[in-house]
Amino acid sequence: MSAAQWRGAMNAGAGRLARAGGAPARAAGVAVEGRGQARAWISGMVRPHHLVVLAFLFVYPFYASPFLTYQIGAQALALGLIALSLTLLGGYGGMVSLAQMTVAGIAGYMLAILGTSGEAGISLGWPWWLAALLGIGIATLAATLIGWLSARTEGIYTIMITIAIGVAFYYLCLQNYSVFNGFQGFQRVYAPTVLGIDFRDPVPFYFVALACALAGYFFVVYLLRTPFGIALQGVRDNARRMGALGFNVTAHRVAAYAVAGVIAAVGGILLTWYNGLIAPNSVGISALVNILIIAILGGMGHPVGPFLGAIVFVLLQTFAIDLIDRERFNLLIGLVFLGIVLFSPDGLLGLWARLREKLATLRPRAAFNRRRSQR
Amino acid sequence: MSRFWRAFWIAAVAGPIALFAGWALWDNARLFVTTLLNGITLAALYFIVASGFTLVFGLMRNVNLAHGSLYMLGGYVGYLVAGRTGYFVLALAAGFLVAALVGLAMQLAVFRHMPGEDLRQTMVTIGLSIVLADLMLWQLGALAHQVEPPYVLSGPLRELPLVKAYSKYRLSLLAMGILIGVLLWLFLTRTRVGMMIRAGVDDRAMLDATGVNVNLVFAATFAVGAGLAGLGGVIGAVELSIVPGEDLRLLLASLVVVIVGGMGSIPGAALGALILGVAETFGLAYAPTYSVVFTFVILVLVLAFRPRGILGRPA
Amino acid sequence: MTCSKRVFLRTLAGAAVFAAFSAAAPAQQPPVRIGLLATLEGPFAAGGADGMRGAELAVRQRGGVVAGRRIEIIKASSNANPDVAVNATRKLVEQDKVDIMVGPLSGSEGIAVKEYSKTQPHVTFINGSSGAQATTLVNPSPNFFRFNTDGAQWMYGLGRAALEKGYKRVMVIAEDYAFPYSQVQGFMSEFCRLGGRVPVKAWVPLGGKDYSSVIARIPKDVDALLVVLGGADAVNFLNQYEAAGGDKPMIGGSITVSQDVLNYKGKRRDSLVGTLSAGPLADAYDAPEWKAFVADYQKNYPVSAGGYPSPSLFALVYYINMKAALDGLEAVKGDLSDGQRKYREALSKMVLKTPVGEVRLDENRQAIGTTFITEVVKDAQGNLFNRVLRKVDNVSQLLGMRKEEFKIGSRDEPSCP
Repeated sequence: MSAAQWRGAMNAGAGRLARAGGAPARAAGVAVEGRGQARAWISGMVRPHHLVVLAFLFVYPFYASPFLTYQIGAQALALGLIALSLTLLGGYGGMVSLAQMTVAGIAGYMLAILGTSGEAGISLGWPWWLAALLGIGIATLAATLIGWLSARTEGIYTIMITIAIGVAFYYLCLQNYSVFNGFQGFQRVYAPTVLGIDFRDPVPFYFVALACALAGYFFVVYLLRTPFGIALQGVRDNARRMGALGFNVTAHRVAAYAVAGVIAAVGGILLTWYNGLIAPNSVGISALVNILIIAILGGMGHPVGPFLGAIVFVLLQTFAIDLIDRERFNLLIGLVFLGIVLFSPDGLLGLWARLREKLATLRPRAAFNRRRSQR
Repeated sequence: MSRFWRAFWIAAVAGPIALFAGWALWDNARLFVTTLLNGITLAALYFIVASGFTLVFGLMRNVNLAHGSLYMLGGYVGYLVAGRTGYFVLALAAGFLVAALVGLAMQLAVFRHMPGEDLRQTMVTIGLSIVLADLMLWQLGALAHQVEPPYVLSGPLRELPLVKAYSKYRLSLLAMGILIGVLLWLFLTRTRVGMMIRAGVDDRAMLDATGVNVNLVFAATFAVGAGLAGLGGVIGAVELSIVPGEDLRLLLASLVVVIVGGMGSIPGAALGALILGVAETFGLAYAPTYSVVFTFVILVLVLAFRPRGILGRPA
Repeated sequence: MTCSKRVFLRTLAGAAVFAAFSAAAPAQQPPVRIGLLATLEGPFAAGGADGMRGAELAVRQRGGVVAGRRIEIIKASSNANPDVAVNATRKLVEQDKVDIMVGPLSGSEGIAVKEYSKTQPHVTFINGSSGAQATTLVNPSPNFFRFNTDGAQWMYGLGRAALEKGYKRVMVIAEDYAFPYSQVQGFMSEFCRLGGRVPVKAWVPLGGKDYSSVIARIPKDVDALLVVLGGADAVNFLNQYEAAGGDKPMIGGSITVSQDVLNYKGKRRDSLVGTLSAGPLADAYDAPEWKAFVADYQKNYPVSAGGYPSPSLFALVYYINMKAALDGLEAVKGDLSDGQRKYREALSKMVLKTPVGEVRLDENRQAIGTTFITEVVKDAQGNLFNRVLRKVDNVSQLLGMRKEEFKIGSRDEPSCP
């Protein structure tokens, strides 16, 4: 393939091509490519419906009630960010790790322990930005460790091992009182007041969450087109071949865990500030599985999937009691999850893509074009 | 591994254990022996439940995360049958059969239609476990249920050396574990179906190529694996109780057992169960605060040095 | 019919009753909206359902109307997770715009809801049944009121009763989290002060059902075991203890000597006679207010419709808190204006009449109430039941200690080996 064809392939959407299975070959070719793709990428990337969505996201808090902004908007963005880390690992790396919420929880706990909380005896009271940065750093280290433990195991084992690691951390938080304050956890872990703006208020907090979510989203979209991202997808598709080509498969996997760890850590800090608390139940097994449900619900095929899944999940969670008994919320979410896995494994995105295809077949011009191309 | 390193690792693991055992015996021999017995009998229960899990994984590469829910289902059914008829053996049989039937239904209705999609099958089991757990909570309430042990097994066995008295039921747990282990071994090595299962674990494609009805073998395996979980549920319902949350605990125990012992290996499940049962019980007796974390530390250590498990084989 | 269907249908029935009453008694002012939060999912689901029944009973006793205003109950559910509880409360307060909030059920939820209440000064928050000590002792909230006593207050008086029975050395067996800590603290603060000794405390990890290791550690020279486990876990423990050949008497926590334990069919059944326990209610209490409450509960929620044979702890406590909410409304004639200032004053000064005695609030808006010390006895038919040994009134949150010497219960506090 010529250099121009490579560039064209990049601009057309690395994700689609990756699923066609050509990732390992492309990875080898891309490694010799130079710069200049970024500009072409940006101009080719942004489309009208992207701008519409961005405009909606920015205007939303000004006409929605504070409750909807905070409990639906900000919560969905924070959860979506954590689920994005899982989509990166699982959808593009082939490693479904149930420990992403654990990484997020580690960041949250470090924030509480190093910053200010209701437990004056344990919290060190350092400034919020230091606590947050250190929290992200420590969580990323933990994610790297988890990755090192899990990367040498193959696909299915990863789920089991990450569940076990997640539950181990839950019990550590539950039983230890000197550092993690046991069953009660940490209360009063609040977002700071910066430059006179109290970020505990719904609208400022929403914009912080939105900024982080957008940063995470664009970062993941960009990452997937870099040599590292392509190589990662190659490792997903055929690890043995990548190894034969000279790529260090284990290093790529661990690096992916680390990158996903950063994203999950940021999400974890946002979530802790949203709740105003962190407790063992925040990293318990149902919280771990909820992130998986959100990622699968939205669809692991594109980085916007987890955010879609998060919005649906949060809406169900908040308004289920008005529709059916809230008591049966778990039944509802389990059935929805089962339905998605059985009938539309690509989640809502997959449903949307199939719907678009069906609509396309209904248009006579498209059908005519197709018939013409079939000759 | 060279002989030197092998000896080194064995010494590194066995050394501290021997030191601890020596100290504990000197400090309070009765507590030590009682705890050892407790650990071995708990390991028997874990083995019964985990053997089904590893059987299903070994043959079909299906990580059945609904295994815990099958355990709880068997336990509840056993509780209902024991309450209605008063016979423990009937409860055992009912727990086994109902769980086996549900497992069979899962295999035939769902998993058979997605062959080879390991990840997707695992997701389905996660969804099923959520749904099953909530259905059971809805129908049977959040209260705990316990099954009465048969009269001949209830109460203590007295006049034992050193320990003085020990629960008859717990000793019977050990007997049941050994019995089921032996029966499983006979099933796998002496029957046609068992031979097919072992062949399938080694090489699935070849099994298909020899003309064996692979779907039938899969269905039988899933049914037996699920049935074992249900049987474990009834047995566990006597000693521990059946309450929402037990499904997760036993699922995690099964996960740890098969990861430590090796996937797809019945002797591995026995070894893993022994390690987990003894470690958990000693942890509870001598260092209760971090006993659960301690068992997961063992898991992590095994993973770090032997990712396939102690008796595991490559896929 | 399943439990939740009954709850749902009864809610419908209740709503129909309210509608009928409100048609009969036209309200001049808008209805008062009260949010009701209980754990209807997870392990406390049964308790949460009964709590809601207790709260609804308080509303039904007033015919669905208070001070000329119709009462509108909006329900929410949680699962004992503090963040779920805060989310559910936030929805009730900010989306459904309730005036008064009643709930939550469990201890750590209570602390989280209390913190949230500080951000909503225009809504009055009244507790459901959460019994953590820290809720009102540490960083109390000016608009969070708790008309039920906490876990430690529920055990006050049991230490003295244990010493009177001759138990000088007691071993503690309890689950390793906040509620048992408070129960043990309530027992030990008095027991240790009066000369008792607790040589060993065995904290069982949350959810663990295997007590074999704990049983193996029971020393030979203790007189009794203080068992603070839930009723079903206590039966489990008794089974395992009996199977291991144990024979020491038991002292029970507030949720330990429940119907499960009283129906225990093991060989040690007879040795259960004489078991002491303490709590905020006693089934066999013979005061007329209590009997009237039980009869009212049984009439409105017969066993066939999902109620318990006798109201549970959760039903009583939710009833007390909802009754306080409604009595306060009546005292100010439904006036919730000016940031509910008059209403909150009325609540703070109120002397609430409950089926188990009078309740007042201290300066942290925490209840000062009554504790019952009970003992298991056998009746003429051979059934076991809890007889009231003593009734201790005016139990305050500091348990009679000075503020400086009071420490919230934890794994190591209090300690008297």
